[in-house]
Amino acid sequence: MSFLTRSPIQLEGLIAEVSGPDRGGVASFLGTVRDHHQGRAVRGLEYTAYEPMAEETCREILLEAAARWPVRVTLCHRLGDLAIGDVAVAVVAAGGHRDEAFAACRYVIEELKRRVPIWKKETYLDGEVQWVGVGSSEERSGTTAP
Amino acid sequence: MITPASAPATIRIRLFASYAERLGAELIEVPAEGIRTVADVLERLRSLPNGTVVGPATLVAVNLRHSPAGTAVRPGDEVAVMPPLAGG
Repeated sequence: MSFLTRSPIQLEGLIAEVSGPDRGGVASFLGTVRDHHQGRAVRGLEYTAYEPMAEETCREILLEAAARWPVRVTLCHRLGDLAIGDVAVAVVAAGGHRDEAFAACRYVIEELKRRVPIWKKETYLDGEVQWVGVGSSEERSGTTAP
Repeated sequence: MITPASAPATIRIRLFASYAERLGAELIEVPAEGIRTVADVLERLRSLPNGTVVGPATLVAVNLRHSPAGTAVRPGDEVAVMPPLAGG
């Protein structure tokens, strides 16, 4: 099972994967490409990953969520070139009730951002291209990250 | 039976995103001699041209697992040196 894709993310497929007659609460989160970053107009971006580790880390995070709440949960993260408004990541959690579905969904997206090795490179409307994250600030200033 | 001469022990260092661009490579093999921990790998990288890009917020994974500075590194290990993550 792969959690990374270079094709548009299909939310319905993810919902079908975790839904069931005993799961009355289905929570989903979509992360989409914003048209601005730190005051600059963004044209689009590119995601890259350390793929074997990203796949393994996603699997671990989903197992952790399923161990902690009575849910089935899945995710998908897009790689490659994305345009404004494209879905970059989707998480879907399904449980008996909404509380565990919301909690598991939140856990998975927060841990993904913290642990899964994925990077993004933004292209701005003025044509400049920059890797996003603390690293790019370090590179520019040569000092400790903000 | 002829035994081939053993290759020198090396450590494979994978670089990503801004680090790969600034250091000019996605994969570097360095002699394992003198490298015992993650901290030693970072020190070796920082001594390369443009090595200062490897800043204090750098993350390291040894054999696909996040690993703090004191983690042991052995010949044959794959060490990923990663800028701050930006997924999601």
